[in-house]
Amino acid sequence: MIGELEQYREVAPKGTIDFLYRLSELVQGKRFLQINAVRYGGGMAEILRRLVPAMKALGVESRWEVIAGTQEFSDVTRRIADGLQGRPEIITDEQYQTYLNVTARNAKALDLDADLVFVHDPEPAALIDHRKGGKWVWRCHLDAGRPHRSIWSLFRRHVLKYDAAVFSLSGFAQRLPIPKFLLYPSIDPLTEKHRELSRAEIGDVLDRFNIARGMPMLLQVARFDRFKDQIGTIRAYRMAKKYHRCQLVLAGSGVLHDPVGESVLAEVQEAAENDPDIHILQLPPEADREINALQRAATVVMQKALKEGFGVAVSEAMWKGKPVIGGTAGGVSAQIVDGATGFIVHSVEGAAFRIRYLLSNPGVMTRMGAMGKEHVRRNFLITRHLGDYLTMLKLLCPE
Amino acid sequence: MADHGTTFRFIGCSEIQEILGKQAEDERALAELLEEVPLDSVYFHTHSYFLRQRFIERTYPNDFAEWVGEQVRDHVLAERLSVVDPFGFPSLDSLREEIISIIDDHLSGMVSVPRVGFGTPFYFNRSRILEVPTGLEARTLREFRDTISTVDVSAIYYHVFEAHLRLQREENDFSAWIRSALRLSDLADQIRALNPYLGSLERLRSSLLAMCDDHLVKSGHR
Repeated sequence: MIGELEQYREVAPKGTIDFLYRLSELVQGKRFLQINAVRYGGGMAEILRRLVPAMKALGVESRWEVIAGTQEFSDVTRRIADGLQGRPEIITDEQYQTYLNVTARNAKALDLDADLVFVHDPEPAALIDHRKGGKWVWRCHLDAGRPHRSIWSLFRRHVLKYDAAVFSLSGFAQRLPIPKFLLYPSIDPLTEKHRELSRAEIGDVLDRFNIARGMPMLLQVARFDRFKDQIGTIRAYRMAKKYHRCQLVLAGSGVLHDPVGESVLAEVQEAAENDPDIHILQLPPEADREINALQRAATVVMQKALKEGFGVAVSEAMWKGKPVIGGTAGGVSAQIVDGATGFIVHSVEGAAFRIRYLLSNPGVMTRMGAMGKEHVRRNFLITRHLGDYLTMLKLLCPE
Repeated sequence: MADHGTTFRFIGCSEIQEILGKQAEDERALAELLEEVPLDSVYFHTHSYFLRQRFIERTYPNDFAEWVGEQVRDHVLAERLSVVDPFGFPSLDSLREEIISIIDDHLSGMVSVPRVGFGTPFYFNRSRILEVPTGLEARTLREFRDTISTVDVSAIYYHVFEAHLRLQREENDFSAWIRSALRLSDLADQIRALNPYLGSLERLRSSLLAMCDDHLVKSGHR
């Protein structure tokens, strides 16, 4: 088990692993329970899959429970999630009762006994009604800064029963009479999505997608969604292309069984106008190695979303030593240090100007890439996240 | 920390950020809210700013100047807030008064109140700091130097920044120990004179190492 943590010694900042061992001594014997809705898929599940064993390795009794639901339950919780993010949604009394009934069934089936219970996102949030003791924290990964009123007033009654809530950015939080904390998401550098790749492995992926080797490559990794503004990125690329030979790769998912995603993809394809240097890639959610290779092959990474969650793809790219040009939405500007690890831009023209600047100054790109990697090493790796959890465990459960 | 003998025990720290739920969209609101937030929040946005910027040195050395400069784009006020040296104030109360006074004075000469246009509001947070004994100790300057080179950088923050407020004196834990336990007053004076607010924690680590190495070379220990 100790090996789980020791392997991070090579990638974490110096002193971090020893510090985590010492920090864990303050919470020996404490029981930490994580509850969410999925075992696989999504950044949160990815991180929990590594955090839970790492905490065990540190002597903390750490468990992870996943709730079970029905199609109706999934439909209600999707509406709640959308409503929390501001989309107008309505939930009928019958649907709300389904949410409560499925939650009650899960409460009977799961072992909810722990010193600290972290409940992730809306799906399992009503489990608080069945708490058996310990401190309960609602971990909200969504941007709940401007929720739809009817959904929030329905959901808030559950949140109020928690001892604290945790958000990814201050601006994602709602006014609440319970303590609110800020925890940034993180990336795990040892997973398939972030491990070192050989040049041959990267080359194979480029060849598979017919992406030219040796031509400067701009990359945006984001699902096909209007808020991700792939069309704005194409416009910026075109402005820069007048001065620099370069290609643009737009890689994303979110199209399968999603009519909105399909229509956005069609709009993006139309905007690309059959430009042979624009590559639009639809990737399945499990395409971690492909994304890793594309990020490592990129010259500049773009994250020019109009609305964004935390946008951990910024840290993913910086970890691979790439300068990132991003907008001000969500957590993008919390990750980019403007002028040091990349640039924060406010318009298509701003993005185009920064692309031109970086392509004209390879030395700057190298320096920014190196700074970005160190910035992520100290702020956005799973080892920092682990320290945050241990600290919360100690501060919320001191005895 | 130094005990009664000659051993220096390194203590690190871990910070959790608490969201206060107060936000400012213009400079007047910034001053007004600064007046009412707990002192922990003043600490968070000035002193513990450095705990969060461990490696990269930002343009401005505290959150207030950073927001005014980067989000409001009022570079005059940002520069005026940048020169506020938290180390020069005996208490957080007096530091708060100084910052409010600078903002008020700046606004008195403005026709309209500068506000955030395309950026994000200023969110007031506060720190919850947990002390963590690292188990690392030093009895000699050589051991001290070697531990400084490998210890988690939060220990440097704790013994330099936290010491200033915790002990209510200008001497940090390192210089105090080197002076009293090792009786190296020249080196202690050098380390005491370090202004930690002009760089990152990693730069501070480098400066400490350079000073120790220099002393070890001069005293023939290298």
